[in-house]
Amino acid sequence: MSTVPGSFRFVSSNRRVREDRRFVAGQGRYVADIAVEGALHVALVPSQYPAAKILSIDTAAALAMPGVHYVLTGEELAAATDPLMNGLDTPNVRRYPLAVGQTRYAGEWVAAVVADTRAQAEDALEKVRVGYEPLPYLTDPEEALDPNSPPVHPEHGSNILLDRTFVWGEVDKHFAESPRHLSYRVTWGRNSTVPIETFGVVVAWDPWEEVLDVWASIQMPKYPDQIARALRVPANNVRVHQDVDVGGSYGVKRGIKHTVLCSYLARKLGRPVRLIEDRLENMRAGDAHGPDRLFDVEIAFNDDGIIKSMRMRALDNAGAYAGRAPFQLGKPIGAIVGPYKIESVQYRAQSVTTNKAAQEAVRGFGQAPTNYAIETALDRVAQATGLDRLEVRRRNFIRKEEFPYLIPSGTHYDSGDYHTVADKVCKHIDYEGLIAERDRLRASGMLAGIGIAACLEPSGGNSSFEPLLNEANKTTTWMDSCRINVDGLGFVSVAIHTTSSGQGHETLVSTVIGEILEINPDIIRVVRPDSLSSLPSNTPVGSRMAIMLGGAAFHAAQKLKAKLCTIAAKQFGVGVDDVTYSTGGVTDNKSGKRLEWAELVNIAHRNYHLMPEGMEPGLETTHVMQVPTGDKLPENGRVQMYPCHSFEFHMLLVAIDPVLGKPEIKRYVIGHDCGTVINPHIVKGMTLGGIAHGLGAALYEEFVYDGQGHLTTQSLMDYLLPSSHEVPNVEIVHHCTPSPFTVFGQKGSGESGYLGSPAAMSGAINDAVRDLNISFVKLPIRISAISDQIAAAQSLKEKQA
Amino acid sequence: MKPAPFEYVRPETLAEACELLAGDEDARVIAGGQTLVPMLAMRLARPTVLVDILRMPGLSGIRAEDDAVVVGATTRQAIALEDPVIAKSAPLLARALPWVGHPPTRNRGTVGGSIANADPSAEIPLIAVTLGAEIVLTTPDGETAMSAEEFFIGPMLTSIGPGEIVSAIRFPIWKQKRVGTGFHEISARRSDFAFVSAAAQVALDDDGNCLDITLGIGGVADCATRFDLSHLIGQRLDRAKIADAVTAATADLEAASDLHASAEYRRRVAATFGVRAIEDAIADAGQQAGDKSQ
Amino acid sequence: MKIELKINGETRTADVEPRKTLLDALRDDFRLTGTNTGCEHGVCGACTVLIDGNPVRSCLMFAVQADGYEITTIEGVAPAPGELSVLQDAFCETHGMQCGYCTPGMVLSAQNLLQRTLEPTRDEILEAISGNICRCTGYGQIVEAIELAAERLRQSNAPRSAHEVTK
Repeated sequence: MSTVPGSFRFVSSNRRVREDRRFVAGQGRYVADIAVEGALHVALVPSQYPAAKILSIDTAAALAMPGVHYVLTGEELAAATDPLMNGLDTPNVRRYPLAVGQTRYAGEWVAAVVADTRAQAEDALEKVRVGYEPLPYLTDPEEALDPNSPPVHPEHGSNILLDRTFVWGEVDKHFAESPRHLSYRVTWGRNSTVPIETFGVVVAWDPWEEVLDVWASIQMPKYPDQIARALRVPANNVRVHQDVDVGGSYGVKRGIKHTVLCSYLARKLGRPVRLIEDRLENMRAGDAHGPDRLFDVEIAFNDDGIIKSMRMRALDNAGAYAGRAPFQLGKPIGAIVGPYKIESVQYRAQSVTTNKAAQEAVRGFGQAPTNYAIETALDRVAQATGLDRLEVRRRNFIRKEEFPYLIPSGTHYDSGDYHTVADKVCKHIDYEGLIAERDRLRASGMLAGIGIAACLEPSGGNSSFEPLLNEANKTTTWMDSCRINVDGLGFVSVAIHTTSSGQGHETLVSTVIGEILEINPDIIRVVRPDSLSSLPSNTPVGSRMAIMLGGAAFHAAQKLKAKLCTIAAKQFGVGVDDVTYSTGGVTDNKSGKRLEWAELVNIAHRNYHLMPEGMEPGLETTHVMQVPTGDKLPENGRVQMYPCHSFEFHMLLVAIDPVLGKPEIKRYVIGHDCGTVINPHIVKGMTLGGIAHGLGAALYEEFVYDGQGHLTTQSLMDYLLPSSHEVPNVEIVHHCTPSPFTVFGQKGSGESGYLGSPAAMSGAINDAVRDLNISFVKLPIRISAISDQIAAAQSLKEKQA
Repeated sequence: MKPAPFEYVRPETLAEACELLAGDEDARVIAGGQTLVPMLAMRLARPTVLVDILRMPGLSGIRAEDDAVVVGATTRQAIALEDPVIAKSAPLLARALPWVGHPPTRNRGTVGGSIANADPSAEIPLIAVTLGAEIVLTTPDGETAMSAEEFFIGPMLTSIGPGEIVSAIRFPIWKQKRVGTGFHEISARRSDFAFVSAAAQVALDDDGNCLDITLGIGGVADCATRFDLSHLIGQRLDRAKIADAVTAATADLEAASDLHASAEYRRRVAATFGVRAIEDAIADAGQQAGDKSQ
Repeated sequence: MKIELKINGETRTADVEPRKTLLDALRDDFRLTGTNTGCEHGVCGACTVLIDGNPVRSCLMFAVQADGYEITTIEGVAPAPGELSVLQDAFCETHGMQCGYCTPGMVLSAQNLLQRTLEPTRDEILEAISGNICRCTGYGQIVEAIELAAERLRQSNAPRSAHEVTK
């Protein structure tokens, strides 16, 4: 089905992104812009303790404040709703939107105040008197493994949510046979995507129609279903409006608890209710945190730097509730060996509860931390063998003729040409020259280092990690849909069935349909109907929309084309194989007669007597697409995870003033291969933005909890987002290895850049300080830590001298 | 994140403003608001009344007097950054101003506001301390002034009394022919408050001997700190002399650790920046051949 | 308190609490929702508006302080409905955005820069937008958009639109 790159009319060309017009004019329609008459505002009472029994909640003073309508407690809400969905089989880790009986992290919502204005709600929340009895708490994941640690959920019996060890291949044998071993620990600090728009939701309940209208800044599969389940209402009572623009998500815009809370209030009070998180609510309790993980890794290799086997233990601090965190240990299983031919792997995935905020899905779904751990291995093997880090990677890369390549954990990598991408980057950057420049910087008194990272972006997301980690879950279906309607005047409208948070889905779909129908994409209208009018979708998670929405649009367009051909063939009195579709019209191959678009539309809409027998009138086609390759449940701890695997190869040079400790990026080049690119602007933006996001994770961003269990980086003054000053000018080197599993050979790019830039930056800093016999093994690497360690190493050197 | 309720008044005169402030200890001055408003939004500050002096006549503007550049308190940082009088006669201030916040905060933030806010990491208080500027206060009893070192007494703490308003800052003019400046700052991100900043101004005679020198360090101790390096006057300064002097001067600098930077880091960088700032100032002075008295 | 503000060339009035920020007044009272709320503590720049032509964070200013100024929001930038300014068009040409949330503030900061100079250096561009955080793009295509707009404005011998030359 794949088409040769370069043969496209619209695909892969630098067409404008149609969504941009409304955004530059300030006409985006975000959730906070939705004005619903009479809406009440919600503000949330945060827990002052990381763990405490809630003895009492006195709402009288708050209710007496001006404009206040209601104060909702966890007890009341829990009695009326079911617990929020929990993907693991841990029924006693119950979670409700508001704390019930006990708080489990500082900032957790204890009560919700509803008032005429947000300011009044904030005034009143200060008057809610909560009686607490502080309980023992923990924030350290290793402490959580101790059976005697204070349990976050006493009913669950321990703090362990998940502890699974997978052995893929003959790990012990390979270790025994390998002449050299090394081991290390690296830690990925808790960070997240922190979109500039916080999460928000507006809910209105119509008791006469029995419809709950929901507008939300959402990126959440099965969102309407989850709301309906928790509220115990029929799912077709929930109408989610998907034409809301989402102000950035990259995974975290989940908002189930917010929505259940507001929905309950809207029904209870008979008024529309809105909750637009403020930044403090978002940072400390917005379910917006990402992976918080340490890795213990052992590598078995030989003197040539060939890695034979790996043992990896990943211990992830999920925070107070299960959320999606445990699954973020599962998804990386689909690329657990990175782009390398590691023959066997032992992987222990441990997820524990602590008294930190609950984690949610973050860009890459656990892949970026895992890539950081794997890339550290390559650098360490190079150091141990005295080989160049580039050479070690080249020696271990899967070769292009080996695809599709089956990795030990059961996934086939679709395609790739890692050596060529690496070569292109080295040529573009002039690797020898870069080394010379590094050495020149070193000679000038600076510390300087080159960072290299090679990694994969699994894409076309499904949920294979769910049945893999939870045997009760038999889900293999993970579809997306597209519907095309050509109206009676011949104009094309397309429905897509999810929200967008900057991925350019309207552009994607119109480009693909324009390509297949050979008509100008700009005249195709794309709409996002509400969830009750929608076909099934799983939203843009797992870097899937180029593959899945692009695929669904492709197939729907092919169906439409086939319909047009059938109609035309009937008019020509020939078989459907004897006609050819081109640029909107159909030609009889033999006679050369042609029916144009308008004529075919007219027949479909007005001349039923001319229609082929059995064909439905009108011109409408629909395609519901299943993820390619997603047709099997896991067997023996092995599963095909995502179908496609984009490749990225990072190389950068940093210079560090040894006193200041601040890494200054001198050059940054990324080689990127995501198969056929549908819109180059979009892919470029994703890649550059992903790199910036990853540099944040490497150097600046962390949700830090202090010894009292309080989040110390609650505002953007302390949680540091990279500005234009911090992000380097990045050069992109392109390569295209089409995927055999997708309609145009496209792969995903929604997580590109982010998956490798933290590893690359870590590698560059460690290269810079290598001669001092120090290394940095925890992200983010703060400038103060760099300078302090350098100073300590230098003074040790002086003492020894 | 909405502020607690307050009243808002915009008095016509400084006297009226002083009276309002003297009559209510929970009243607060607002000018540019770039530091105060976030504190209000997070309810870390809960004034009863905000007394807005931003557009009060006569309170903004920059002029050179005989011995000082006088900057009115409500002069916006963006205006000061572009100002030729400051560039010529208070060059150290000119050198530091690009480091103050971002363009949008400089468009609203005022020079006096930064002084009154007294953040130990802020650039303008550092320059005031380094140059020995005078802080002019308008009080219910009239105008008074004190040195910057007297004015700043701790993190976000000043000697400002009830009913008093910072109305101007007098940055001394150095009249030597060859005056040079140096300024260094470091933070995780370029535009953040400094982990450490250093400002130096040096005057040289025609032979390159030091006629006058001052060095200040910000971001480290509770207040910006000025160091007495007068023993260097009269000497021709080389790196070793500068390093010795700065090392000795900053040895007792008190520093605190926080999430972003350790105390050791702050002290280490302070010593290095001190040397670099002085070296830059000497190099800069060396290039100033012109006669400034013209 | 009663306020009378001049927004995008029009005089608008409202009755607001003193504690209401200019940002909230623009969004709630005047329904100019192109100005976005990001952090409400002056860090992210999503709420940037122009005050007398200069970019300012509208979350760090109270509505009661905003009388007497020329306030320009993103809604005041397009020359006509459906028609983009040269700068806005350049943002579309280079795809200088993804989710669009920081975009209004980014466009206004850039517009101010291009009013000051049509030959901005890369460093000047980076400084001009350094107070506007973008989480999507890594800034690359935003810088390209501003460079492209500067180039087009330099090459155009037509006067810039009325909105672009105010102040």
